[in-house]
Amino acid sequence: MTRKAPKPDEMEYYQQEDLLKVDWEPPKTSWMDTPVDFRLGTYIYPGKAKKMKVFDLPYPRDWAVTDEDWQLPDGWKKTVLEGMADRLSKYRSFKVFMDTCVRCGACSDKCHFFIGSGDPKNMPVLRAELLRSIYRKDFTALGKVFGKLAGGRELTPDVIKEWFYYFYQCTECRRCSVFCPYGIDTAEITMMGRELLGLLGLYVNWVIEPVANCYRYGNHLGIQPHGLKDTLDFMADDIEEATGIRIDIPINKKGAEILFFTPSGDFVAAPGIYTCMAYMLLFHELGIDYTWSTYASDGGNFGLFTSHEAMKRLNSKIYSEAKRLGVKWILGGECGHMWRVIHQYMNTMTGPADFLEVPKSPLTGTVFENARSAKVVHIMEFLADAIRHGKLKLDPSRNDHIRVTFHDSCNPARGMGILEEPRYVIRNVCNNFFEMPENTIREQTFCCGGGAGLGTDENMEMRLRGGLPRGNAVRYVQERHGVNQLAAMCAIDRATLVTVCDYWAPGVEVTGICELVANAMVFEGESKRTHNLRLEPIPGMEETEEDEVVEMAANE
Amino acid sequence: MNVMVGLVAVLGLFGLGLAGGALGMGWIFGVVLPYAALLLFVGGLIYRVLGWASIPVPFRIPTTSGQQKSLSWVKQQKLDNPHSTFTVIGRMALEVLLFRSLLKNTKTEMVEGRRLVYATDLGLWIGAMAMHWSLLIVLIRHLRLFTNPVPFFVTFTENVDGFMEVGLPVVYVTSLVFVAGVAYLLYRRLSISQVRYISLVNDYFPLFLMLAIGVSGVWLRHLAKTDIASVKEMALGLVRFSPVVADSVSPLFYGHLFLVCVLLAYFPFSKLVHMAGVFLSPTRNMANNNRAVRHINPWDYPVKVHTYEEYEDDLREKMIGAGIPVEKQ
Repeated sequence: MTRKAPKPDEMEYYQQEDLLKVDWEPPKTSWMDTPVDFRLGTYIYPGKAKKMKVFDLPYPRDWAVTDEDWQLPDGWKKTVLEGMADRLSKYRSFKVFMDTCVRCGACSDKCHFFIGSGDPKNMPVLRAELLRSIYRKDFTALGKVFGKLAGGRELTPDVIKEWFYYFYQCTECRRCSVFCPYGIDTAEITMMGRELLGLLGLYVNWVIEPVANCYRYGNHLGIQPHGLKDTLDFMADDIEEATGIRIDIPINKKGAEILFFTPSGDFVAAPGIYTCMAYMLLFHELGIDYTWSTYASDGGNFGLFTSHEAMKRLNSKIYSEAKRLGVKWILGGECGHMWRVIHQYMNTMTGPADFLEVPKSPLTGTVFENARSAKVVHIMEFLADAIRHGKLKLDPSRNDHIRVTFHDSCNPARGMGILEEPRYVIRNVCNNFFEMPENTIREQTFCCGGGAGLGTDENMEMRLRGGLPRGNAVRYVQERHGVNQLAAMCAIDRATLVTVCDYWAPGVEVTGICELVANAMVFEGESKRTHNLRLEPIPGMEETEEDEVVEMAANE
Repeated sequence: MNVMVGLVAVLGLFGLGLAGGALGMGWIFGVVLPYAALLLFVGGLIYRVLGWASIPVPFRIPTTSGQQKSLSWVKQQKLDNPHSTFTVIGRMALEVLLFRSLLKNTKTEMVEGRRLVYATDLGLWIGAMAMHWSLLIVLIRHLRLFTNPVPFFVTFTENVDGFMEVGLPVVYVTSLVFVAGVAYLLYRRLSISQVRYISLVNDYFPLFLMLAIGVSGVWLRHLAKTDIASVKEMALGLVRFSPVVADSVSPLFYGHLFLVCVLLAYFPFSKLVHMAGVFLSPTRNMANNNRAVRHINPWDYPVKVHTYEEYEDDLREKMIGAGIPVEKQ
């Protein structure tokens, strides 16, 4: 039987040689006269009407990106221009970013999508010009007088199509913003662009379906409460098999000290599930009085990729659930965009959380002053503190077969600055840690190519192209240092970097940091650790005949 | 195309200034237009800044470019990730005075057809620093024309600037650096294909304008040797609101002055307002202390949420079946 030919939504469809032949030279035609080419593998399917209705979004309809007519609602042009005027009067960022760009080009080759695709409209400056050209034409004196001569252009259905293509070809990673002399943040531009498209009912399903699920069931995957309990129970079984330890799983437990949440991606798919198992194992061992919530069962918030209002509508559950359960403070797991929301938006949007207490580690007594108002602590801050105080019994040699590198996730790096804590934790649980080249880590880190709602298979070509700079840096440390694992504290990374690594640096696996911690941790009453949380044998710790005899004796 | 439009526009405007001078329209080109341009510049700039300042900043969204302030033993990168007003001022000062973000600039290259490398690229930073700083010094030097007696810092600037002691009148380094800086920025815009691709008339026009101002200024000082006393007389007249027009001033001077007027008038309504805009950029001028100090959104409004009660009503049976605690049995 011959293997079926791969399709554009499969990695195998793309030849590395082809993707590596990136042409960064712009085309002959001016960008305003270059229409969008909707090619399978480079765009995302529209939001389904059914899902939009769950979330009360305007103009739900079923349409296809390749349709000639996108069924724009009556008066769409007025809607967009009024929407722009409204946002220009509400967000200083938007207005200042529209006005101050000098097109110096510092950002041009900073975007992973430009580096991987060579499409000039993926240069952050041009992505913003897609919107700025309309702004000039309709909102500035020079544009009104000189029109196209002053860089203005007419708002047409083709412009809307272009916006849709390119604002869903930006992962809102903010790398360009680091290099911009005025701090112009394309994430902000893209967010505004997506909001404007949303006014016309134009969304992508990879964002809208999770949003609808999250609204109704508390998590993006639409896992219902009993399903979540089953999922966590299965994990407990696997934990017992790997370690011999039986853990409790507190769910919706009133009066717990800490409410814990993490992105729901970690409930269902490897390697995220191992990180989720690790959380529970760590909390069990450390005697943390915590609870999961089925209602607030996702810290992730695809509302960030939809609109500010959607973000707030989904985010509200966190504080309200903390209040209902009567916890003292909140602990958040490893996630990227979730931490942008938690760190930069939540306190403003759904705070103040004055019914909570200033977070204090029950292990070390450390008061987390940096979270004294929002009352939410990052798991890496929590663990770094615990390790620093010697509260974790660690045997990093259990991870000696792992040669690990660390991928800074965009949002925690550039929307928060949590750079050292994860590195401190990794160094304490792994003896072999290697950094990728300096222009690809920390605040200059490259996106996985699948953030901000782009991580779907129908977008495979763009994901592989956008993943090129990251994949390239991974391959560098793979070839140089024999790196075989990439640690990332983000659920989207754990989902999409698997593909990026398989494609650009095959042989490198993806892991969460807590998974590494749990595998290195010596637990009270554990059985001899021969397998890690993935239930793979740990090299050098294989069962010996002697162990088997002991085990048999124990079983009798 | 955009280049030519920018160039022709500047040449045309320069010609207009020359003609104004040649035709003895000193009162218009030497008095009315400078006043009008200055009014547009100051008024426009205030209008723009107040406009930005009146727009709320609903969320605190700094771009963090370094380690946050968290645990006491973790070293914070204060200037890249400021946590207080004081360190924000530090970050802004470095940005405004030294263009620190541009200093980080890299150029992406593909080597051996498969390996991406990011090389330090300081061209833009050097060009921008040269142009902006020399422009500031040239402006300070021009204060000599508007003041009597000339303040010490102007004389001091001139002495330092003319340290080479070449030529008569002495050649100032910044005159040359300014023209070279602008010329380089123009060259860069034309020679890097991506930058050329994004460039609009709005980008070429101010470059040609500044180039023409710089060159005509050097010409006036060193080649045409304008009647500087008369120029000063006119400049002082403007400052004292008792304008005079000196007949001995050459048309070239009016060409130079008219381009300066155009620049002033154009400034607030073009991309040149980045000078003021950078101070109001929320990704740079805010402290990254979101979890420590609550930021208020002045236009915050209630949104429709799915409450816990609605959630439990929807799923109560399943929760009870799974042994998950509920509020209402």
